[in-house]
Amino acid sequence: MSIDTIQVRVTAIAEVAPAIREFTLAPVGGELLPFSPGSHVVVEMPAEPRPHRNAYSLLSDPRESGSYRIAVRRQETSRGGSIYMHESVAVGDELSITPPANLFSPAWSARKHLLVAGGVGITPFMSYLPELERRGANFELHYLYRSSSTGAYREQLEQTLGERCFLYDSEAGNRCELGTLLADQPRGTHVYICGPETLIAGVHEVAQSLGWPESHIHYEAFAAPQPGNPFEVELARSGVTLNVDADSSLLEVLEGAQVQVPNLCRGGVCGQCQTRVLSGDVEHRDEFLSAAEREQGESIMPCVSRAAGKRLVIDL
Amino acid sequence: MRMAPKPIQSFRDDFTYSNSPGAIARFPFPFPEDEYMYSVNIEPHVTPGPEGSVYEHLLDIDEHYLSEMHERGLVLEENPKRCLAMPHMDLACWDMIERVMESFSNDYPEYFALTKEGDNWTWENKLLNLKDSFVFGDSSTLPLPPMEYIGRQVQGDFALLDQRDGDLFLDAGIVTCPADWSLAFDAGMSFKDWHGPVPMAHEMGIFDRALKYLCAIPQGRPVRRLNWTLTVNARMDTSPETYPMWGTDRASVTPENVGEKVHLRVELQVLDRMPRSNALMFSIRTYLISLEDLVTNPEWAKRMHRVMKSLPEQLIEYKGLSRYHPMVVEWLSQFDPAN
Repeated sequence: MSIDTIQVRVTAIAEVAPAIREFTLAPVGGELLPFSPGSHVVVEMPAEPRPHRNAYSLLSDPRESGSYRIAVRRQETSRGGSIYMHESVAVGDELSITPPANLFSPAWSARKHLLVAGGVGITPFMSYLPELERRGANFELHYLYRSSSTGAYREQLEQTLGERCFLYDSEAGNRCELGTLLADQPRGTHVYICGPETLIAGVHEVAQSLGWPESHIHYEAFAAPQPGNPFEVELARSGVTLNVDADSSLLEVLEGAQVQVPNLCRGGVCGQCQTRVLSGDVEHRDEFLSAAEREQGESIMPCVSRAAGKRLVIDL
Repeated sequence: MRMAPKPIQSFRDDFTYSNSPGAIARFPFPFPEDEYMYSVNIEPHVTPGPEGSVYEHLLDIDEHYLSEMHERGLVLEENPKRCLAMPHMDLACWDMIERVMESFSNDYPEYFALTKEGDNWTWENKLLNLKDSFVFGDSSTLPLPPMEYIGRQVQGDFALLDQRDGDLFLDAGIVTCPADWSLAFDAGMSFKDWHGPVPMAHEMGIFDRALKYLCAIPQGRPVRRLNWTLTVNARMDTSPETYPMWGTDRASVTPENVGEKVHLRVELQVLDRMPRSNALMFSIRTYLISLEDLVTNPEWAKRMHRVMKSLPEQLIEYKGLSRYHPMVVEWLSQFDPAN
């Protein structure tokens, strides 16, 4: 048993917020795999010159695995994956996705779950909520958004969750006082954050300053690869040299050259693509390597990290 | 060769357990080199593996199925705490039920059948004469708690590891044939806690690397490794709880009976990501072979001698072999021409 990709068909597309579209993905033959709350899949988009591969959280109820749903926020300044999903994908199209993987699972033994979502960061919590309900867990959702672009599913959430749902539309001047929110929680509460980096950093900082144990703070920190300076990479085993342009990640260039590198998140979190560096300095942009490992300079996470200089030699 | 289950033999008292020539031929001999090397010997558990081998299917069933299930029943009767599941692991237990039932009914259709109508499942185990209908996910519809229900139908020990904060926690398990570790003692512990006593590996950074790797195991790509020790008599249950029953066995080894008494005990460990709970299922399938049976394969006999002879002192002690290790080396030397 080894599953690498799953073919799915887009059976519905819905605008769930001004800048967010929801895609329903049904299996092409066979059944979809069950998944756990917080799981994501990597969607491969057949773009030119090379495919986009983006990770998206599954937002359906894990108990209903007849189809998967994902939501994509249009990112005007990104490298094009979300624009491709918005402009080039139509109902009836086939896409290939990876099996679900989970790097953001709830801590089931928590006494209380405090979910903090920012914008499209609501998506992983959409799969948490039905399971938290089934388990009779104690939880609250705090959802921060801008109604002119995000805020998907908020009416539905308000309706089903009632007083456990707290909405903050920044454009209506509703602010979430993180200090009060985090200071007010019973012992044994775990906080989960998914949203922009600033929100993750903000909650993390406040929680730390209030003495929350690190083990009770969870966040989904996929960093989509950001552009950088172009560099050259030499593959020591084959002697091949490749050019990594400013807009491509090292992983994408390797894949374009048919060099297989295992990967799950494509966002510097899962650790699967760790590759040995033989020479050259690395600009580390991942969340995976420890400070000591960065110091040693013997590894790179090619999904997000780049050469600090003009050239790298890696053990591939 | 595929192995049909044979009538019940015992792993205690009169020790009637024996391996047929077919079972010897498929024994997972764990030493790839003449010298024993400590390493993270993890590899993908790609199935189907070679036909008839212990690697053919995700979960291996062999001629000892009925004997091991009988033994499990005896152990659980003596000590119900050999099966534990914390409340938050209920979904993970159902993941295990699904994995075992799906695998068994696909891989061994002559013995097992699963029919599903939505969440209404019917499971038939012809080897144990069981037929049960239940609602998937609803533990109140099973005759036993979910972990015990399925654990009594599958060979090997099982642990379900909850994954949180980049660590794994031993929060559920059914453990009746351990190589000297206790589920009740380790329950709730983190990965590094329960590996605490293993010598040498900490210095080598093995556990840090292994933990990162295990946490990233994706659904549908299980991995496996072999572990080994020696056991006196064909005793499955060598747990700390029953130490008074077997601790003194070590003193019963003599130069005359070493080949018959001492068994190589190999664990085929498989780690498989559970889809609904994100837990890791850790199965520890134990194979026992007497040295007498092992040396019927001349290559194994020679290598076993070399490995035993070069085993570091720390490991001899950790594995509890000190008392009879010299006798094992001496007895095996007759099969090694280089000696």
